[in-house]
Amino acid sequence: MTENQNQQPLIRVENLSKTFTLHVQGDARIPVFADLSLEVATGECVALYGPSGTGKSTLLRSLYANYKPGGGHVWVRHGDDWVDMATAAPHRVLEVRRETMGYVSQFLRVIPRVSARDIVAEPLHALGRDLEAARAKAEVLLERLNIPEAMWDLAPATFSGGEQQRVNIARGFAVDYPILLLDEPTASLDAGNRAVVVELIREAKARGSALVGIFHDDEVREAVADRIFDVEAGALAA
Amino acid sequence: MNSASPLLRVNNLSHAFGNLLACSDISFELHSGEVLGVVGESGSGKTTLLNCLSARLMPTNGIVEYDLRDRGLTDIYALSEPERRFLLRTDWGVVMQNPRDGLRMGVSAGGNVGERLMAVGARHYGEIRGEAESWLSKVEMDLGRIDDAPKHFSGGMQQRLQIARNLVTKPRLIFMDEPTGGLDVSVQARLLDLLRGLVRELKLSAIIVTHDLAVARLLADRLMVMKDGKVVETGLTDQVLDDPHHPYTQLLVSSVLQV
Repeated sequence: MTENQNQQPLIRVENLSKTFTLHVQGDARIPVFADLSLEVATGECVALYGPSGTGKSTLLRSLYANYKPGGGHVWVRHGDDWVDMATAAPHRVLEVRRETMGYVSQFLRVIPRVSARDIVAEPLHALGRDLEAARAKAEVLLERLNIPEAMWDLAPATFSGGEQQRVNIARGFAVDYPILLLDEPTASLDAGNRAVVVELIREAKARGSALVGIFHDDEVREAVADRIFDVEAGALAA
Repeated sequence: MNSASPLLRVNNLSHAFGNLLACSDISFELHSGEVLGVVGESGSGKTTLLNCLSARLMPTNGIVEYDLRDRGLTDIYALSEPERRFLLRTDWGVVMQNPRDGLRMGVSAGGNVGERLMAVGARHYGEIRGEAESWLSKVEMDLGRIDDAPKHFSGGMQQRLQIARNLVTKPRLIFMDEPTGGLDVSVQARLLDLLRGLVRELKLSAIIVTHDLAVARLLADRLMVMKDGKVVETGLTDQVLDDPHHPYTQLLVSSVLQV
C-alpha cells in the first residue's frame, strides 16, 4: 500500500450506467450497472472485484469507450484537458487512446503477417517514435516477458495462449501511458511470468500512472492493488 | 489531425435512381488521417455513396465539400469538369473493387503507374520509371514484371498494382470499394497488411466500403453502418462491432461466423 504524494485524480467516473438491449433476442434488456461512480488517482491501482457477471469487464470496456454507456460520464485527464470518454467525438477518443490510456485486453487480436516485435512496437511508433527505437523497446519487453528471441520475427497466430497474452501485455506496456486498464493480465501465465507482470505494474505506479484492473489471482491482486472496488456494491450504493 | 476543419464534409446527401432512393440524407465529416469504413449488406447504398463522395456521381441532393489545398472547403460539384478530373488524378485516389475498372489492362505495369505521374506534369522518363519501380516494390510486386501488362496478372497482383497507381501522386484521400473482394484469404491478408501499413506510413485519409467486418475492423478507425440507403449507426470501429446498438448492426455482427 502506498500513500501517494498528491492524490491528483486521473479518472473520474460519474453516475455511469450500462444496459444491453439485445434486439436479435426479443429485445431482452440486461442491466449491468447503474449510477456507478469511481475516482482513480495518480500512482494508484484499483482492482475491480465481484463474482463473474457483475460487470467488471463491462466497466473496464466502458472506461476505454469500447462500450458506450447509457448514461453518466467517464472523465479522463488528457494532458491539460479533461475528456469525457462517454461522449467525446471518435477522433478525440482515438487521441486519448493513443497518448493517455492503454488497455490490455484478455486476448491478443492477432494481425495476419505482423511480427510479434512489430505488434508490440506499434503503439509507440504511432506516437511518433521512430521505428528502430520502438522496436528496441519492444525487444526489451518481450525479453522481460520471456518470449524467446527466435519468435520475435513471427506473427503470433501460432503462439500458445500464454505466449499471445505475454505479447499482448508487452504491447500494453510499450507506451508509458498515464492511465492503464488491465483485463486479467495474468490469467494464463505461470508464476515466473506473473511476477514479471507484477513488476511492470509496480513500475507504472511508481511513474505515477493510474491503473484499473481485473485480477482473478489473489496473490497478484494483493501485490499490486491499493484499493478494491466492488462493482456490484459500487453501483448499488449510489 | 489537429485542426477543427475537416478534410471532407458531407451534408444531407441523397441520391435516387428514378424512384429508388439509394442514399438518404447522409451527413458526416472526415478529418485528416482518419479511416472511415462504410459497412452494410449488398444493395444498402454503400457504393452509390462512395461514387457520390468521389465526384463520380452527382447526388440528387446535398453537398460534398473537400478541403482543396489552395481554396479550403469547396463544393466538389461546383468545380468545373477539368478541375474535378484533376482532383481525382492528384489529391485523391480511387481503388475500384474490380481492378479492370481502375487499371489500363493493355498498358504495362510501369506505364499504369507512370501515367498518373505524367498527369501531374512529370516528363523525365528516368524519374518516372524510377518512381514507378519504387512504388511497385512498395506494393511487393516483382520488378521483373514492370513491362508486362496487368491483363496477364493474378487478381491479387492487379489489386496491388491499382493501389500503387493510386498512391504514386501522394493523394491525401483515397476511396476504396471492397478492396479485397474476390481475392482468396491468404492474398487478402497480404493486401490488408499492405494497406494498413501504407495508410499509417503515409498518414492517408480513406473511405473504405466493405461488407466484410473483419476488413473494417483491421483498417477503419470509425464505421458507418448502412441499411436501405440510410446510415443506421456510426461510431468508433471497435465500439460499433463490440457494442452495437441498432437492431440491424446487432444482426450484422451476430451473423459473422467465428473462425
